[in-house]
Amino acid sequence: MRSVWRTLQARLGPELARDIALVCLADGIVGLSFGAITVGSGLPLWLPMLMSVVVFAGAAQFLFVGIVAAGGNLVAAVAAGLLVNARHLPFGFAVADLLSGRRSRSLVGSHVMIDESVAFALSQRGTGRSRVAFWGCGLALFVCWNLGVLLGAFGGTAISNTDAFGLDAAFPAVLLALVLPSLRDKSTRRAALAGAAIALATSPFLAAGLPVLLGLVGMLALGRRRSE
Amino acid sequence: MSSIGLVVAVVVLGVGTYCFRVAGPLLRSRITLSKDVERLMEVAAVVLLTALVATATLVDGHGFAGFARLGGVAVGGLLAWRRAPFVLVVVAAAATTAVLRLLGVP
Repeated sequence: MRSVWRTLQARLGPELARDIALVCLADGIVGLSFGAITVGSGLPLWLPMLMSVVVFAGAAQFLFVGIVAAGGNLVAAVAAGLLVNARHLPFGFAVADLLSGRRSRSLVGSHVMIDESVAFALSQRGTGRSRVAFWGCGLALFVCWNLGVLLGAFGGTAISNTDAFGLDAAFPAVLLALVLPSLRDKSTRRAALAGAAIALATSPFLAAGLPVLLGLVGMLALGRRRSE
Repeated sequence: MSSIGLVVAVVVLGVGTYCFRVAGPLLRSRITLSKDVERLMEVAAVVLLTALVATATLVDGHGFAGFARLGGVAVGGLLAWRRAPFVLVVVAAAATTAVLRLLGVP
């Protein structure tokens, strides 16, 4: 374990390694609660573990389990989860360059594409740094998330309410800190703020996932610069 | 509810999600994009992440997520804006929200 940490530190640099470790810790605790909540709501022990390996996307997993535990229909639960995860399609085009090279590498790398690994990649300058950040964050989170879920599923309800620790604020704060450097560019900021406004305005009416996707309409705010 | 149905549902969700994830990287190796388009893809990811920050901060289900969470993210955002270290940003955001809740803020 220590040598793995040293290798990671050497590749990522101490600062990035520390930042990623913190996000892993926070997400690991959320994973703990996911395991505990799922089993606690009467669903089988294997469900949270299978989901975390196969789906590996926190928001969609919570949504799926919430619908199924409430007696909802499985097709509806799958559709809801897919809708929340559809943002990975545009993410994939944004980070595709970081996963180029051997085909096996893009196949594995795609699975660890999540909000945090994409955000860490975007926060770094240069393809080399971005690539290391994407892989470091993606792989480390995959391990920590699954470890957390495993412990939570077996350990029960020790930490089932992560809201008490403010962890629901940690997730947006992490992403915000990582996208802020990109937002210093004026036209990007205009598009991002327009997208956020659209997502917020449509959230009360639309199914989870759709508002964020609709935020892409904010890209129209970029338009003018290209015709100038 | 049958276990088989549940397994199939999880696998369908997993495969569907993976298709979303892998489409970009696989297509990207076949086509060359101009610098402008590449830049647009990056901006699109920033726009999506910003929209996600906004909804994850303010929305829970279809309603307002409460002032405690908003307060925490605001403190974190302010620190990030002042270029505070990442660790401080994240810990301060979580701690602020936790303390606000302890004080009874919804």
